[in-house]
Amino acid sequence: MGPVLAGVLQLLALIGALGLAHVPLGSYMARVYSSDRHWRVERWVYRSIGADPDTQMRWPAYLRGVLAFSTVSVLLLYLLQRIQGVLPLSMGFRSIDPAQAFNTAASFVTNTNWQSYYGEQTMGHVVQTAGLAVQNFVSAAVGIAVAVALVRGFARSRTGDLGNFWTDLVRGTVRILVPLAAVAAVVLVACGAIQNFSGIHEVGQFMGGSQQWNGGAVASQEAIKEIGTNGGGYFNANSAHPFENPSPFTNLFEIFLILVIPFSLTRTFGLMVGSVRQGYAILATMAAIWVGFTALMMWTEFAHHEGALQIAGGSMEGKEVRFGVGGSSIFAVATTLTSTGAVDSFHSSFTGLGGGIALLSMMLGEIAPGGTGSGLYGILIMAIIAVFIAGLMVGRTPEYLGKKIGSREIKLAAVYILVTPALVLVFTAVSMALPTPPHSMLNPGAHGFSEVLYAFTSAANNNGSAFAGLNANTDWFNTMTGLAMLLGRFLPMVFVLALAGSLAGQKPVPTTAGTLRTEKPLFTGLLVGAILIITGLTYFPALALGPLAEGLAS
Amino acid sequence: MNNSFVNTARLLGAGLRALLVLTLVTGVLYPLAVTGVAQALFTGRANGSEVEADGRVVGSSLIGQRYDLPPKKGGRAPAPDLRWFQGRPSNGLGTNSVNTQYTLILSGATNLAADNTVLIRQVEDARAAVVRDNTVPGWTVRPADVPADAVTSSGSGLDPDISPQYARLQVHRVAARNHLPVARVERLVDDHVQGRTLGFIGEPRVDVLALNTALRALTKGH
Repeated sequence: MGPVLAGVLQLLALIGALGLAHVPLGSYMARVYSSDRHWRVERWVYRSIGADPDTQMRWPAYLRGVLAFSTVSVLLLYLLQRIQGVLPLSMGFRSIDPAQAFNTAASFVTNTNWQSYYGEQTMGHVVQTAGLAVQNFVSAAVGIAVAVALVRGFARSRTGDLGNFWTDLVRGTVRILVPLAAVAAVVLVACGAIQNFSGIHEVGQFMGGSQQWNGGAVASQEAIKEIGTNGGGYFNANSAHPFENPSPFTNLFEIFLILVIPFSLTRTFGLMVGSVRQGYAILATMAAIWVGFTALMMWTEFAHHEGALQIAGGSMEGKEVRFGVGGSSIFAVATTLTSTGAVDSFHSSFTGLGGGIALLSMMLGEIAPGGTGSGLYGILIMAIIAVFIAGLMVGRTPEYLGKKIGSREIKLAAVYILVTPALVLVFTAVSMALPTPPHSMLNPGAHGFSEVLYAFTSAANNNGSAFAGLNANTDWFNTMTGLAMLLGRFLPMVFVLALAGSLAGQKPVPTTAGTLRTEKPLFTGLLVGAILIITGLTYFPALALGPLAEGLAS
Repeated sequence: MNNSFVNTARLLGAGLRALLVLTLVTGVLYPLAVTGVAQALFTGRANGSEVEADGRVVGSSLIGQRYDLPPKKGGRAPAPDLRWFQGRPSNGLGTNSVNTQYTLILSGATNLAADNTVLIRQVEDARAAVVRDNTVPGWTVRPADVPADAVTSSGSGLDPDISPQYARLQVHRVAARNHLPVARVERLVDDHVQGRTLGFIGEPRVDVLALNTALRALTKGH
């Protein structure tokens, strides 16, 4: 069997596994967010918070909950890093400098997990497990909570109530993320991922002498890092490190973990709005883009018509033998089409077009299938844009899921889709215009520009992967990517929740012969087109200066 | 004004308590429970899959090593010890710069772009070296025979594996240096080729440490 066929079979196996998980996990998550029963451990949590889990919140209250929880999270994670030097179990690692601590706190709270530090020489056990890994759970739970609030906005009528933020946060963590992560972590250890608290220790070598290694709670962090579409590696090499991703099977398993919640949430959505077929239309849109991008990535990486890769006879720079070109390509697309940003191979050394596909995947807004929760609300915003465009074509007031898309709704959706491109392009342009930030580039020419464009695309879209040659540990990049992450996460959430509140307050519109049938393939086609055209037009000039210039030059 | 300040403070207090409680669940109980299960069921793997030979630890089956001659004076890059099978280049590895009481290896890739002349030179130099080192009397390696993994740095810099092609390419050299029959070393390589998982997941590979450990046992018994 050739490597291309093996790559295709891995993709098919992945589709099969995701298909098997779709109905049970999607239905389970719908029950989690619809149930009126509380688990005993949850009641205990609510008592400690001092929150009544059954109080309904309107959108401003829901948003205040999101922002209060996230603010406290940033502050506490910042503090934890600043005092690392005196914490126990820190293996002698120093406290983190203010700019890097701010960047890292913003990064993990926003589900970005951009890392301007080397994991193995910077973060001790306490910061890794009780700080960073905690945000891997709760930032994912916040994302799902906001998505569920938007879905309730569609499902409910003549009320402003969107549910209770604390209940959604706690249930997402306790009922979904922790059980999935626990099972996944044990599977990873069984395949060779490490899980200990042994600290730095000497290990003998074949040629004599010894080397020093970090121990750590790696598997437990790796599991939630993928399931929560987080992406922050325990080690600098992230999921390319053999202790994080030891075998070909774990590679495929980790890709599955990245994709399983975002894809399954479309069923949760369908069930909650009372039409599973609406969920399938969204799922089909996501799947079409994901499979298409993966096929493109495999094509360009297997063809490797460029410079050093052509001389080497294969696109293996920055890739591991056990994963090969196929496994690495599938991972690269899955991690950038979601908000994960974990890497099992280094995107900067991909072909020029391959790097461009990774960039474009993030630029789509990470909606195919996107991050945990953020993918679903992102694509629902695009669906609103698509029905609006269709409405313009036939001269009818657009509707989606029985709700009128009036001027308030379309304004909120339009601002949502403008925020991220504005952040990406403005921050990139300013960085290129200033005298010192370009000194951080590793590679010359078009690729150097791509490094900066990639950094801000990754930050503003809350991805976290990088063209990692860029020296991002400078005051400029730590501060500016930190700001881009915070604005790129929370501004869109404001618009999503405002939109949800506005939809929930409407009375439903009856379906008539003139209603656009949004559960049909025609709508899926329209949605795919709207996503690609809007992103393409927004980012084409920037892409032309970077990856397109590089990829077409050879 | 005062009222909204109180409300904000109350909200932040609720957020802090929620974070602390969830930290207890996801940041303390969860990792400890997973560690307990891992240490009980998979002790060796949870601790790094260390490999022993002749009664001492020689490394991890998951982490690539260098098989170099002792470094010469003058600080030049160490030369490969051609008695042993060689792993992939690791030009992306870094050295510890923050907490220098340790000598940690920092995992990582070169991150060089395909059109970067530095990378082109690295690849060309590596290929010339592979051709030179592995050409022995009666066995000529052509540049076109050198597989991609032999001349490119891995993602982690710690790739424990090489492709079966690269292992086979080294057989004649290793046999000559160790005074072993070529057929015997060929069989050793064949015994250490791991195919794709279930026939289609990943790529075929050879763990260099396992191969060299078996080779050492063979030379001792010779």
